[in-house]
Amino acid sequence: MHLSILLPAVVNGVLTGALYALIALGLTLVYGVLHIINFAHGALLTAALFAAFFMHKTLGVDPYLAVLVLTPAFFVFGYGLQRFVIGPASHGNDGNILLVTLGLAVIIENALLFAFRGDTRTIDVAYGFSVVAVGGMFISVPRLIGFGGAIVVALLLWLLLGWTDTGKAIRAAAKEKLGAQLCGVDVAHIYAVTFGLGTACVAIAACLLIPTYYVNPHVGNAFVLIAFTTVVLGGMGSIPGALLGGLFVGVVESLCGLYLGESLGQIGIFLMFILVLLFRPSGLLGERA
Amino acid sequence: MPSNDNSVTRRKLLQTTAFTAAAAASGVLAAPSVLRAQGGGVKIGFLQPVSGALAYSGQQGRLGASIAVDEINAAGGIKEVGKIEPVLGDAQSTPDGGNAEVEKMNSAGVCAIVGGYASGICLATTQTAARYDLPYVVDVGVTDAIVTRGLKNTFRFGPGFGVIAKTALANLIAINEKAGKPAKTAMIVHEDSAFGSGLAKLLNEQLPPQGFEVLETIPHPTPTRDFNNVVLKIKAANPDIVIPANYYNEYVLLARTMQQQRVRPKAAIYSILGGAASSYKFVKEFPEAAQHIMDCNHWFDPRNPMAQALKKKVEAQGQFFTYEVYLNYSATLLLADAIERAKSSDRAKIIEALGNSTFAGHVMPYGPTKFVNGQNQGAAPANTQVIDGDIQVVLPEAFASAKPVYPMPRT
Repeated sequence: MHLSILLPAVVNGVLTGALYALIALGLTLVYGVLHIINFAHGALLTAALFAAFFMHKTLGVDPYLAVLVLTPAFFVFGYGLQRFVIGPASHGNDGNILLVTLGLAVIIENALLFAFRGDTRTIDVAYGFSVVAVGGMFISVPRLIGFGGAIVVALLLWLLLGWTDTGKAIRAAAKEKLGAQLCGVDVAHIYAVTFGLGTACVAIAACLLIPTYYVNPHVGNAFVLIAFTTVVLGGMGSIPGALLGGLFVGVVESLCGLYLGESLGQIGIFLMFILVLLFRPSGLLGERA
Repeated sequence: MPSNDNSVTRRKLLQTTAFTAAAAASGVLAAPSVLRAQGGGVKIGFLQPVSGALAYSGQQGRLGASIAVDEINAAGGIKEVGKIEPVLGDAQSTPDGGNAEVEKMNSAGVCAIVGGYASGICLATTQTAARYDLPYVVDVGVTDAIVTRGLKNTFRFGPGFGVIAKTALANLIAINEKAGKPAKTAMIVHEDSAFGSGLAKLLNEQLPPQGFEVLETIPHPTPTRDFNNVVLKIKAANPDIVIPANYYNEYVLLARTMQQQRVRPKAAIYSILGGAASSYKFVKEFPEAAQHIMDCNHWFDPRNPMAQALKKKVEAQGQFFTYEVYLNYSATLLLADAIERAKSSDRAKIIEALGNSTFAGHVMPYGPTKFVNGQNQGAAPANTQVIDGDIQVVLPEAFASAKPVYPMPRT
């Protein structure tokens, strides 16, 4: 394969991978702290994409500005979801949480289908087709912004977890729930904050995604499997791991698509996934269990 | 967890459960099953997938059928038989859902059914209807198996897959020859299920004998999130013609990525049953990406004043004038004509009347209506091209509203 295709394919994989990483960040955070697999993650992404779409369509708000509104809104939504629905309904049993999030996914998806029909929607922004030319490559500006956004969010999350009191409380609750409770950490609150952060990540991802993508009530499913793979690949609960995993998955998918064809491109991702599980079960950057 | 937390938990759980149940119940209640209109006359079943994955197409189809019914009833109904009493059904985007509705419609005493939309649904519902000798007019369903199983009750007014593919190929060759054969190479981008793969196979067999070299055939799954690789391959191979065959979402992504990467084939983007190429929605939302794209698909007769009146009516309702609308509209009129000639709601008589129909009062660019084994021999697709923000018919010449722009100018 010619270099003029190979290089853009790698760059493109990295840019796509950053968005996978952003979606996976929310998932890995929730897993790392609450030790639950959030099946509603894809449905929440769909809801966020719809929110970003309608903010642009009805209020004329640019998706990149909508980040400022949707991030706190989805944080509050996620907080409420964990505090008043998932937490109480689970009775402290992880198996229940799994089912509750699965149920939430079904409800959110079908409510969206009922409200907005199965119609596919896209937005048209002035910069939707802008590119920067780098050495014969045309790199999409919205994708470049998406890449930057994902890196910034990962960095902010990392700083938040490492250097703030909330972050310390989150880490404490993740490591030793009872111990944290004894030290005065309000665990229910911290769990909800974590879930809120995860949901906020999804909202940011949606705003970065919508200028070049479409939305319909089933769109989240296309990303959620990739996000799960990314999380396991990077190491469950690890933020740098999710970032690395996302970029890795993006590049693998792109190159496999190029060499094996788009229909077989997904094989590469899951092949990597199996290899990592075999030889490094804790993931690339995960802590040993 | 402390015990005093538990009571709160239980109450909250009940709230959650109640909310869930309410949401589920409202979903069920809202799903329209069989709704019956009031008034006498003749009952006709209208069966579309108005919920599920095909909901948009089903809703558009129902719109077309209901406009036809309203027009007939406003003019006093079907002569000597009376007003149409529509019995609406939702196939829920599955063959099973469609079958259940056929059963319900049969017990509701309909004299015929129009609809089905998807090939898979039509295959099942026509067969179920055949058990009751219930006349069935297929609105879209392009799979040829629908009309080759010897079902006496089944009629398809529109063209099947075989005719569409054959016409698409013949028209491509004709357009290319007329312009002095500027195109010699082609690349096929298709979705990897039966529809796209079948088409790709056919093209790979039939293009080379006509002097076209197929440089590469690229399958992709539905959904595909990213078309950059595909477009990079197109860029590297630099074909004269790109032939996409996929559904709406992927079509839009492909066209947008091609525009972004500044990839324009030398002669044409020529789609066959293209998901978006002859969609007013796509043209309105992405006029630049859509410019000069050609498609061979279902289309209305732009020279027919009835079609233009229907288009205005649909657009006045804030809806796009899609092929589901005018195919269902025409199929309903075809059936009404047959009932009028049968002079009764007797199923056997309607089947006989459909079988020898020469109906001409429709909005499609078809030849004379003549049914052989349930397939309208006059049915044919049209070639369209997006020219300056509008969709024009460029072939067949008898119905054309513009001349093809070929090879398309490079901008």
